[in-house]
Amino acid sequence: MTTQSTLTPTLGKATRDAYGEALVALGASRPNVVVLDADLACSTKSQKFGDKYPERFFNLGIQEANMVSVAAGLASCGKIPFVSSFASFLICKSYDQARMGISNPRLNVKLVGSHGGISLGEDGASQMSIEDVALAVSLPHFAVLVPSDEVSCSALVPAMADHNGPVFMRTGRPKAPIVHDKGTSFRIGGSVTVRDGSDVTLCAYGLMVWESLVAAEMLAAKGISARVIDLYSLKPLDEAAIARAARETGAMVCAEEHQVKGGMGSLVAQVVAENHPVPMRFVGVEDTYAESGQPEELHEKYGLTAAHIAAQAEKAVAAKS
Amino acid sequence: MPASTTTDVATLEQRAKEIRRDVVRMIGAAKSGHPGGSLSATDLITALYFAEMNHDPAKPEDPNRDRFILSKGHGVPAQYAAMAHAGYFDRSKLNTLRQMGSPLQGHPERGRMPGLEASTGSLGQGVSIAQGMAMAAKMDGQSWRVYTLIGDGEANEGQIWEAAMSAAHFKLGNLVCIMDCNGIQLDGFVKDILDMGDVAEKWRSFGWNTIEIDGHNMQEILDAFEAARKVTDKPTAIVAHTVKGKGVSFMENNPGFHGVAPTPDEVEQALKELA
Repeated sequence: MTTQSTLTPTLGKATRDAYGEALVALGASRPNVVVLDADLACSTKSQKFGDKYPERFFNLGIQEANMVSVAAGLASCGKIPFVSSFASFLICKSYDQARMGISNPRLNVKLVGSHGGISLGEDGASQMSIEDVALAVSLPHFAVLVPSDEVSCSALVPAMADHNGPVFMRTGRPKAPIVHDKGTSFRIGGSVTVRDGSDVTLCAYGLMVWESLVAAEMLAAKGISARVIDLYSLKPLDEAAIARAARETGAMVCAEEHQVKGGMGSLVAQVVAENHPVPMRFVGVEDTYAESGQPEELHEKYGLTAAHIAAQAEKAVAAKS
Repeated sequence: MPASTTTDVATLEQRAKEIRRDVVRMIGAAKSGHPGGSLSATDLITALYFAEMNHDPAKPEDPNRDRFILSKGHGVPAQYAAMAHAGYFDRSKLNTLRQMGSPLQGHPERGRMPGLEASTGSLGQGVSIAQGMAMAAKMDGQSWRVYTLIGDGEANEGQIWEAAMSAAHFKLGNLVCIMDCNGIQLDGFVKDILDMGDVAEKWRSFGWNTIEIDGHNMQEILDAFEAARKVTDKPTAIVAHTVKGKGVSFMENNPGFHGVAPTPDEVEQALKELA
């Protein structure tokens, strides 16, 4: 894992900042949008909306379960609640409230969990969300989104508001490298092929999209052509793009800041298995919790770097018959 | 046209008796369900649908309707029977309770049938959902009110007390939480499983306008709703002392009938007592 990439990132905003700004923009055009937070508004950045529209902003205190049920009540009266907290607390502490209160009656509630993955760093395992995608995709009727940069986040927030149904979105704490051109279109159920290639496909979301682009450069130096797909919509999944990638490249790697078990890799593997089975490898957190540290140190220790992705890609390519 | 309401106690008591008869019949026919907690809540639910709430069975989506959420969803046979009597659907449908394809699910589900405001049965969530509705009404300057009914066993759940803190903080004078204190939960008496202590004092200390009543005394129920309307800066808790299985001698105060259906013979005997 010594290959160096020539790519240098253009750091954009953290997706949580892009979320807060997109909420403010949404507030101007959507009088029925209300925003809830559970005493983390300065961290999730929902406070930006609260500063602009205090009459439509409710800080519920440290009560995630109550907050999510309150959102169900608001949505059943025609409001569009955007509910913010850390992803770990929002999805784990109020899972049943999302299940029976929102998912079962298909209410129009948007749950937005920040500090996804392990890249929040120093606060350690209790704050890290590496189960949220598995839990959220298990909720019937829910769409599940993870933007990779400020461009995709800014576009997905209004798309969530336009979508009549429950949505879970994960945002991140650190500044995120910009991987999308301005003007790229994003939709619930879509994906973006951010680099084309013919020997292997790297599927990723969140910060792992950038790492996959770097991995693709490393692979190119070894003569391997890698396609990179940003699967920002984990549910519904762009099954056509995944099946096409399996057929056209013959090998797949899935990389995510999430538990490997039950994560995006599992979802992609189902599509590949049903459509065009090819060798697959998985990069993610391997059935453990992470710890306090710098994001880069954590990505290195827990196997979430471009070098790890490139190494798995080589194995997947080698496994082609 | 809006549901016909009355404050005539004898008329309401007669209606409650008919609803109790339907509760026993439908749980008997389903061969499963929760008679005890349905019968303890029947007078309260009857008063809501036939005296207190502004609602129109022909317009269940009317944005200005009062909302009712049965948080203790296992008591839903009493709600289904009240809704059928009010005209939301034909009474013949009551016998489809818990059957495949019936909108009368074992616990209420929003979207299965007009007039059901929330999916409950996973205990503890109804007060919070009602709080959200009350906040929506207040934001929009609307005068409609929100009612929720919880059990005393259900108040074991921490989320009930999250909502208790929160609804008082937001000064939701348009929210009424009725606590059906029948003293029994699934595994036994509340005082033995998890003693709730002085629940009225708990609601008071959380900042609620709190009224304690006999939950089977129709006049006291009506008076409590009337008193609740007069307090506009606090939510109201009506602590209703009730008898589990009320109206059927062998079910009264009997934990065995929390979640067990009566046999055909027991149904017959119960209907005689409720004649």
